[in-house]
Amino acid sequence: MSEITFSNAELARYSRHLIIPEFNIEGQRKLKAAKVLVVGTGGLGAPLLQYLTAAGVGTIGVLDFDVVDVSNLQRQVLFTVADVGKSKVQAAVERLQAQNPNVHFVQHNVRLTSDNALEIIAQYDLVADGTDNFPTRYLVNDACVLLGKPNVYASIFRFEGQASVFNYRDQTGELGPNYRDLFPEPPPAGLVPSCAEGGVIGVLPGILGSIQANEVIKVISGVGETLSGRLFLLDAATFETRTLRVVREASNPLTGTHPTQTSLIDYDQFCSVPSNEDAVYLQEITPLELASWRNLKVDFQLIDVREEHEYEIANLGGELIPLATVAANADRIALDKKVVVHCKGGKRSAEAIQLLEKQFGFRNLYNLKGGILAFADQVDATLAKY
Amino acid sequence: MATVIIPTPLRKFAGNASKIAAEGSTVLEAIQHISAQYPDLHKQLFDDAGELRSFLRIYKGDTDIRTLDSSATSVSAETIISIVPAIAGGTL
Repeated sequence: MSEITFSNAELARYSRHLIIPEFNIEGQRKLKAAKVLVVGTGGLGAPLLQYLTAAGVGTIGVLDFDVVDVSNLQRQVLFTVADVGKSKVQAAVERLQAQNPNVHFVQHNVRLTSDNALEIIAQYDLVADGTDNFPTRYLVNDACVLLGKPNVYASIFRFEGQASVFNYRDQTGELGPNYRDLFPEPPPAGLVPSCAEGGVIGVLPGILGSIQANEVIKVISGVGETLSGRLFLLDAATFETRTLRVVREASNPLTGTHPTQTSLIDYDQFCSVPSNEDAVYLQEITPLELASWRNLKVDFQLIDVREEHEYEIANLGGELIPLATVAANADRIALDKKVVVHCKGGKRSAEAIQLLEKQFGFRNLYNLKGGILAFADQVDATLAKY
Repeated sequence: MATVIIPTPLRKFAGNASKIAAEGSTVLEAIQHISAQYPDLHKQLFDDAGELRSFLRIYKGDTDIRTLDSSATSVSAETIISIVPAIAGGTL
């Protein structure tokens, strides 16, 4: 490690690390030698990337496929108004490179998939997972386990945050648990609400992403005790915190006593994300068609499956039946005329229609394509978008 | 009575409560007691066969009940039971 050297300017920059007795220049050398992949440049990725950049991690891979949207700015503090519409990876690296010119950034402007994950992750020493969906969580976990890389994890929902360190081999050679030990399988789609329905308080990813950065630095430097084998929980609403123990499971398909999985799988299928084939059978109506039905006074019922607080922000005058209560209110939905079901973007209404068709035999339901957001874009610009 | 901590995603099925006092001498009895008060919560916690759903982790204090006596793990008045769901952040 002594071959890693620092310029005087770098020594001045990192002096507050160098004077921590147990961290010192040895810890800083390890940071400079390290290669970290940050998956997702969103709410968690923003503080994570900024602190790892400031701390002097030598190589940082920045992975995201998305562009900056105005609704990101409430929590994704890497981005400014001028970045809206730009590639997130490009906008992030421009900002981070200005923050610390000593760091080497690698841009991965792609979606992480089963086809590219092993090749990309193999180039790094560890991964920090700041993604926002279950298929990618399991993909990152499995790829890290197959490649033997630690996976520093954090996840958020509304006011609630979780953090841990997975697949970490400690100095005695003992391997810690991974995500599949904690959650062997994802919740069925629709049972636990997604963040798009639930939202997230903007500061929360800032807190959890900072905790993740701290864990990354501990894993690299070997200083302190990581969250390996422990799950940190924060309820930011009540400020209650808990740290629970996580143990390895004999039934883990990757690292249990009888491993059955030796490669990556189809994670959309594993997490029951509806495929395009399923969607073929869904009857749809576009916002413009809905507008013409109204103009032509077509007799139809409009059902809104969002939550009450969303209805207050903007609505199309439909009957409000939140997704979780659709089955209990099936008798309020007409059988003898066309029924248009909508939500914010079209996903929840598709779930509601599938449920109603399957359990109650409805055949007269139409999903509003793109939800109320598309209606605002294409028909009624006065509607608030959220 | 033991205390069950309800995680954010499930609170709307439990009258927005973050903690509920539960009667019972085992984890299963305590959770059955609270889910009897909130039928919508029951659907979230138990599958059609009446088993606790496998994507939820249940803790007694800081210990996963799978490493104790699973749902038969004993509880006392001081016991804190945590229901820990998988959360992914963002869109599903």
